[in-house]
Amino acid sequence: MTLQFLDFEKPIEELYQQLDQVKQVGEKSSVDVSSTISELQQKIQDTRKTIFNNLTSWQRVQLSRHPNRPYTMAYIERICNKFIEFHGDRNVKDDKAMIGGMGEIDGQPIMFVGQQKGVNTKMRQLRNFGMPNPEGYRKALRLMKLAEKFNIPIVTFIDTPGAYPGLEAEERGQAEAIARNLFEMVKLKVPVICIIIGEGASGGALGIGIGDKVFMLENSWYSVISPENCSTILWRTWDYKEQAAEQLKLTSDYMSKFGLVDGVIPEPLGGAHVDYETISHSIKKVILDSLKELEPLSADERINNRIEKFATMGFFNDGNEKS
Amino acid sequence: MPKWFQRIKQGILTSTEEKKEAPDGLWQKCPRCKHTVTTKDLKANLFVCEKCNFHFRINSKEYFEILFDDKEYEELFPNIEPIDRLGFVDMKPYAKRLQDAQKKTGKRDALSVATGKVLGHAMTVDCMNFDFIGGSMGSVVGEKIARSVVYCIKHRQPLMIISKSGGARMMESAFSLMQMAKTSARLTQLADAKLPYFSLMTDPTTGGVTASYAMLGDINMAEPEALIGFAGPRVIKETIKKDLPEGFQSSEFLLEHGFLDFIIDRKALKQRLSDMIEMMTGEKTEKQKIGSQ
Repeated sequence: MTLQFLDFEKPIEELYQQLDQVKQVGEKSSVDVSSTISELQQKIQDTRKTIFNNLTSWQRVQLSRHPNRPYTMAYIERICNKFIEFHGDRNVKDDKAMIGGMGEIDGQPIMFVGQQKGVNTKMRQLRNFGMPNPEGYRKALRLMKLAEKFNIPIVTFIDTPGAYPGLEAEERGQAEAIARNLFEMVKLKVPVICIIIGEGASGGALGIGIGDKVFMLENSWYSVISPENCSTILWRTWDYKEQAAEQLKLTSDYMSKFGLVDGVIPEPLGGAHVDYETISHSIKKVILDSLKELEPLSADERINNRIEKFATMGFFNDGNEKS
Repeated sequence: MPKWFQRIKQGILTSTEEKKEAPDGLWQKCPRCKHTVTTKDLKANLFVCEKCNFHFRINSKEYFEILFDDKEYEELFPNIEPIDRLGFVDMKPYAKRLQDAQKKTGKRDALSVATGKVLGHAMTVDCMNFDFIGGSMGSVVGEKIARSVVYCIKHRQPLMIISKSGGARMMESAFSLMQMAKTSARLTQLADAKLPYFSLMTDPTTGGVTASYAMLGDINMAEPEALIGFAGPRVIKETIKKDLPEGFQSSEFLLEHGFLDFIIDRKALKQRLSDMIEMMTGEKTEKQKIGSQ
């Protein structure tokens, strides 16, 4: 996979090009380039640090959509020693934008559910750009209910620009499918851990996002609407997407500060795509640690905590109203 | 005149002043059939056109007066107020938007809660107000719904939510998104308490409201010809790059596709609620049945 660079990563890209040139010189001639190489590598690290320590909200949104970014299956493959994919909602079809199956992490069985994006043009179309139809949400619910039956904890990976806004999606009840998942996930008797790994857009994300623990990767975002669509509606043009991203306060640091997610999983310098192994390892650790915390609780305690956690989200002046 | 030149869609003729949400003034003209009636007569007919059955958009006060016996009810949690926690600014600061909406509507946010008797049955009704920032769902809407569920469980009452909303309120970002989770979470408790939950969708019900409490009714109902959907028609049209079929996302469309139990005329709603409550809870009341209002 060739590394691709975003517009704000231009200085890093240039350094990589220099590095390539120096390496070529080293290969073709007998000149010792090792010190220049290590100097350049150090410079790349330093430049990365400067850029990544001062990311704007929009830049994080761009990182969450980086063409090299790991998607759901990439993580499952790395953290499981076994994985069996399951298909279909038993009703309409198999939604390729939502995948799921049973896997094992260090001997612990887990039911995985998550939106899946495609890694190349053909696959992106097949995966519908990670935008599930109603049958995707129903497939997810079927698998979660299956997990509940066999007392297997659930992990969901969230990465979607939104639920698909299509004609057939409406005919088959996109809204009902998402609403049903919210309602049913609240009541699941097994531990549920949700991790936003890329884009967390609106109801399409929340449709698999009700958990005892909800985490965000550092460069992911979670919002009621994408910055572009927000800009289109409120400013009546796409041009204010950077501003919209800033105003929506959709980054992991804000979401954690607001108490809307339980934690942030740090990404390697340069983003998750720079080092698949490291980020997968961090995710695996978070899953196992959370399970350790959740498993001693009874199902009723977990459900109760889940309800109270989501039921207390919001800000308002209660005007001294008695409830 | 050649046929291609004729204007087929009536909607294009609707001018801005005809799009008023709450009818005021002495005379009213039906936006669909252009029939003119006095405001008094329209009100007596529950804001439904006597000629073509068009249901005018009305707000919480009108619904409460239509539903509750002798127009008597108690408003719950009226003082809960929105706060601009994010300091959200687009073309207009959110704080200013809130102020303007409060001034315009005389309400604190987009949902009002009332409890009273419906043909003798005690029940609580949550009703959205479309004229408050498009009936958008923010933290206050979520909190009031959550509290009314708790209230219903405490007082063993059925709940009805009347939806009328463009969806979640963007200016509260993820907080408004989480209201979908919050309301759904509380509704599981209403279900566990075996209390009926009625969802009435009215024109329009879209976005995060449809994708949470509006679709979760034990009984899902809608007024005739309401727009109900997840994505808005414009977004879908842009996505599929095709014109949408006639009647797409209407109440009738949803009924046909299996997402509504029935479509109900505003005039029949009160009796229907009472009948359902009696059958679902076995609760009979002394109150006489109304033949006509």
